[in-house]
Amino acid sequence: MQDTKDEFARVAAATAGRRGLLKAGAALAGLSTLGYPGVLRAQAEKIKIGHLVPLTGFLGALGEYSVMGIKMATDEINAAGGVMGRQLDVMSEDSVNPQVASSKAQRMIERDGVAVLMGEINSASALTISQVAARNKMLFMSVGARSDALRNKDCNRYTFHVDIPVTVMVNAAGQALLREGLVRGKRIYSLTADYLFGHDLSKAAKRFFAANGGEQIGDELVATDVTDFSPYLLKIRQAKPDLVATNLAGNQVTNFVKQYAEFGLPYAIAGFNLNTADAWAAGEGNLSGIWPTVWHHELQTPGSRAFTAAFIKRHGKPPENHAWIEYVSLKILAQAMNETKSTDTEKLIAYFESEAQFDLLKARKGYFRSWDHQLMQEAYPFTVKPKGQARDKWDFLKFGEAVPAANQPLELLAPVKAESTCKM
Amino acid sequence: MQFTFLLEQVVNGLVLGGYYLLLALGLSLIFSVGGIVNLAHGAFYAVGAYVALEVGQRLGFGAGVLISPVVVGLLGIAFERLLLRRFYTADPILSLLVTFGLAMVAEQAIRMAWGAAPLSSNMPPEFKGNVMLGEFLFSRYRLFLLGVVFIVMSALWLLLHKTSFGRVVRAGVQRPDMVAVLGIRLQPYMTAIVVLGVATAALGGALFGPITIVHPAMGTEIMTVAFVVVVIGGLGSFWGVVLAALLVGVVRGVTIHFAPAAGEASMYVLMFLVLMFRPRGLLGERIERFE
Repeated sequence: MQDTKDEFARVAAATAGRRGLLKAGAALAGLSTLGYPGVLRAQAEKIKIGHLVPLTGFLGALGEYSVMGIKMATDEINAAGGVMGRQLDVMSEDSVNPQVASSKAQRMIERDGVAVLMGEINSASALTISQVAARNKMLFMSVGARSDALRNKDCNRYTFHVDIPVTVMVNAAGQALLREGLVRGKRIYSLTADYLFGHDLSKAAKRFFAANGGEQIGDELVATDVTDFSPYLLKIRQAKPDLVATNLAGNQVTNFVKQYAEFGLPYAIAGFNLNTADAWAAGEGNLSGIWPTVWHHELQTPGSRAFTAAFIKRHGKPPENHAWIEYVSLKILAQAMNETKSTDTEKLIAYFESEAQFDLLKARKGYFRSWDHQLMQEAYPFTVKPKGQARDKWDFLKFGEAVPAANQPLELLAPVKAESTCKM
Repeated sequence: MQFTFLLEQVVNGLVLGGYYLLLALGLSLIFSVGGIVNLAHGAFYAVGAYVALEVGQRLGFGAGVLISPVVVGLLGIAFERLLLRRFYTADPILSLLVTFGLAMVAEQAIRMAWGAAPLSSNMPPEFKGNVMLGEFLFSRYRLFLLGVVFIVMSALWLLLHKTSFGRVVRAGVQRPDMVAVLGIRLQPYMTAIVVLGVATAALGGALFGPITIVHPAMGTEIMTVAFVVVVIGGLGSFWGVVLAALLVGVVRGVTIHFAPAAGEASMYVLMFLVLMFRPRGLLGERIERFE
């Protein structure tokens, strides 16, 4: 009996000893959730804005552009005398994940006394922040989150959505795919990012393919931290589709297209989500296919040209769409505060809901739809320039004409009211 | 046909396992000899990728892959002499905290030096595309990668098992006190082990950069898998780590074949099962001073 006890003790000690330590190490290694500390500058006069974006993790690279964009807008607004004579104080912090995002939002409201919350790229984090905003009756400008659910069943009257929803992304790239004859009667295989945004994108894509005579022969979920896609590439090869349509996000897209080029699979490729930064990271020669974007740095409007030039001067590289969207979002907010002469949530909501027009540095102005708080604006499909035409490493993307076309209504590609379950 | 597809996933998994091996073996060596869980191992992998990218842009891909492990190996000397050395006999939790802290500092330093945006790292065009061996499709680049892993692992095995250096190291794993009694200072050996460990990690980063993207958090990402491999393989066993790395690669591939959504979870399930039945890992040796 004593022997058995000793044996137990020995085993227990072994497990709790260095081997246990190794396991603790493994657990710690998995802990990549430590974010940036925020920088606080308390001054009573300033208008404080709480800004949350992912600065680490699979969307972190996009978040860096977000911060660059909003800083640029802040500096311009403050240099021009601020809003109603008050300087803007934008506190940018890493939102890390939906749980941390929600507790940071709560803290920004309670302790830092922000007037407005804005930011986000991750749809799941945008959802938790929007719930905090609604509970505290505080305005939240959801800048870069694209999930349909946010403006549909999860909508609330305190949240406004600047970026295009996934339905628009699917329709924008989809129109180009239809023109290329890649949908009707074709066998389509999809890979989908396994979180809120990806699921939404997959739903919208399936709807689009079904409506246009495409046959979905496969759709696999892919965890957001996947970096090696080789087993999925082999599955695609087995399925022999006509078109590979991806619903991936962030670094996933870059890794996927790179490895797709590496394996040299012959099937046409397209996708409904690719940010310019992800495309640049893939690099020339690795990217192919048709993709949608909400804005691009080669847009030839006076506003976009001036913004792009100023950004390049400041950072030595062209702005990514998240830099642009944060920049215009803060300008939109400043316009609303100036017009209403207030930072009051109710007054700002009323102003946005009046469908006031905002300059988005695009050919047409945009406005928030009053019933789902979605900004109506143009989008653009893009593809890749033929080999050898790129001037530099930023220049290999070829952007198409704005959709909806100039003679079509802005709402053409957006989700329709009749199908929406949004109730404010 | 179904069977061929499955076999293709198995073979592809072996290739991927080879790459995991580059990271896990160094981690296992440093732990076995020094008793230190090097949570900063991934940082050396990331730095390796960045150095290879910088060198590669100037001197070509091959130079990048060769020079990067050397540069990181030199960093490894400083790492061992200035930092790790102080913790061999200290409470293990201290080395855990120090290396964890170093990993975060390194990640942030990379972010400050190169920016958070991922960098594009390209393989030479002649490596792009696939090779068909019978029914099997291989990425040409990954076949090259497998060859490199095979050469590096053979060299390491020979070093550890056929040289006097290796005999001292292996003796040091089991009985450092006896090695000391024989009048051999283990410290220079430990430096060499750390250099070997971080240099192979850097080689992994340099080789895998062109397949994925080079970004600041790449070290943190890979560490989880590397740890799983080490835990499954067991400590102090060269072949244990080799077996575990290949097994993790294959299990992931086969899981994705049948249930893609469970692909990433599969290796944790595998670790769970192995630890249930073999708490010491598949081929882990009983190392007295760790018991």
